[in-house]
Amino acid sequence: MLFLGDFSVIRPEPGLLFWTTVIFLIFWFLMSRFAFKPIAESLKKRENDIQDALDEAKKAREEMANLQAENEKLLAEAREERANILKEAKEAKDQIIAEAKEKANAEYKRKVESALQDIENQKMAALVELKNNAGRLAIEIAEKVLTKELGNKSEQEAYAKSLVDSIKMN
Amino acid sequence: MIVIRKFWIALIFSAFSLAGFAQAGHENHSSNQPETTTHSGEQHQAHPEGTAEDEHSAGHAYACGHSVNAESEFNAGDNAVHHVSDANAIHIIGDTYLHLPCFLYAPDHGWTITTTAAFDAHHHGNGAISKDGYVLVHGNVLRFQNPALASAEVEVSDYTHEEVTVDGKTKTNYYAIVDGQCEPLDVETTFDGGVMGGGITSFYDFSISRNVFTMILTALLLFLMFRAAARAAVRRDGQAPKGLQNFLEPFVIFIRDEVAKPSIGPKYEKYMPFLLAVFFFILGLNLIGQIPFFPGSANVTGNISVTMVLAILTFIITTVSGNRHYWQHALWMPGVPALLKILIITPIEILGLFLKPFTLLLRLFANIAAGHIVVLSFVSLIFIFGGAGESLNGSIAGIVASIPLTLFMMALELLVAFLQAYIFTMLSAVYFGSAVEEAHH
Repeated sequence: MLFLGDFSVIRPEPGLLFWTTVIFLIFWFLMSRFAFKPIAESLKKRENDIQDALDEAKKAREEMANLQAENEKLLAEAREERANILKEAKEAKDQIIAEAKEKANAEYKRKVESALQDIENQKMAALVELKNNAGRLAIEIAEKVLTKELGNKSEQEAYAKSLVDSIKMN
Repeated sequence: MIVIRKFWIALIFSAFSLAGFAQAGHENHSSNQPETTTHSGEQHQAHPEGTAEDEHSAGHAYACGHSVNAESEFNAGDNAVHHVSDANAIHIIGDTYLHLPCFLYAPDHGWTITTTAAFDAHHHGNGAISKDGYVLVHGNVLRFQNPALASAEVEVSDYTHEEVTVDGKTKTNYYAIVDGQCEPLDVETTFDGGVMGGGITSFYDFSISRNVFTMILTALLLFLMFRAAARAAVRRDGQAPKGLQNFLEPFVIFIRDEVAKPSIGPKYEKYMPFLLAVFFFILGLNLIGQIPFFPGSANVTGNISVTMVLAILTFIITTVSGNRHYWQHALWMPGVPALLKILIITPIEILGLFLKPFTLLLRLFANIAAGHIVVLSFVSLIFIFGGAGESLNGSIAGIVASIPLTLFMMALELLVAFLQAYIFTMLSAVYFGSAVEEAHH
């Protein structure tokens, strides 16, 4: 036979109701004040710290990526500039060479022309001098001939002949 | 979840098998025992004094039931029921008791403040003397109905009990044997309205009972643990948690992220202290109740008074937090024809307001009490097989059968301890959530 008299767990007892209320309310108050509050705060703070750290890492990573992109951009720009410079240099070189060639050609032409001019001039001068000398000699001969004219005819001729021989055409 | 469900099914089966077992014990007892049960209207005085049947039960002949010390019979149901119940003194081992303070109030006598040591308790926690009309029976304080016995110290030779059915309600009557005379005893007042075999009697017991003692011990232990964790959290600010702090914080985070946040929503923070307090209070008491010896073994969360207080607090918080939307849905559901509202919806909703905390208190109480009873029943196998110590071989067989079963039940109870603490907290959070939920039409 089951004696329900002992089975008090199913009956609300005033004493246990009272003490449970008192103990639980004190427990609730003390725990929330001295345990749960600091723990919750520390948890929140730690979570925020972790989130901040993660955000910072993400930001740093983004910055790194930005930096890299910038570097690449700079590099590309530098490369382009180098290519430009090289191109310009080549153009300048070609131009200089072309100019130099042109100049050289012109100088050459000028030199040749001036040489030809000189040669012409010299030639003209030589011809003039030749003409002058020939004229002068002709006059000298004519003078000598004239001074000796009345001697001998044959002598005269021989003499003329020697005179002519003496004319050395340089 | 499937595993949990399987465990649940196992638990339900265990409970059913226990019920069958207790029933079998009942029938067995009834057939062997003389008819000591008196029926409707009949008074114990109606029995002829010292019948032959009564002698059979305890070796003593009493006019009122049979001795509570009757050792010739072992009743597993009685044993289990006795061990899950609250008591005024804590039985440690053998005849050693931890005596606790008693605060007793009788409207006709006033306060009696003493300890259980004053009753000179001996074998089985039965007191040899009375104090202010109070006596100790099986570690519980009872009171003489006879006011003449309230003034002096009275020597009590034995205590008896018998089950009576009055107006279809079964209750147990207790008697003290004083000078060979049966003196009826009152048990403490309980607020069950007589439905569960109690009712308002001549005195109220506000003692520090075994359950109260265990509650204080558990609350203190939990507070010290959490205080250490909180100190560590403050002291080791900015460092990784370790030790006790690292052990307790995941529970707090679990309650916050898996229980409070999804159930309550953005206003969860206000309810966190209560949810955490309730969770750890229940869990701590569940676990300490699993320890089979002092200072454990008290069936605190398997006592309806304890779960009732917690459920009432949940109910109060829910009711106080209830916003316009909550009350509108409870009292005047929008979008439903008025007639339907008045006839069906509103009565059901109002009933639901009270049913929710009621299921909360019943669920926790029933689970923990059932677990304790099943464990105790499996342990009782040893005494049943052994014929209450008469057969050594039977005892050995009982031990072989009992140990694996008890081990299994205790492992299951460990799961239930966590599960029930979680469910109580979870459902409380859900009720708070329904109270603060904003309309979203």
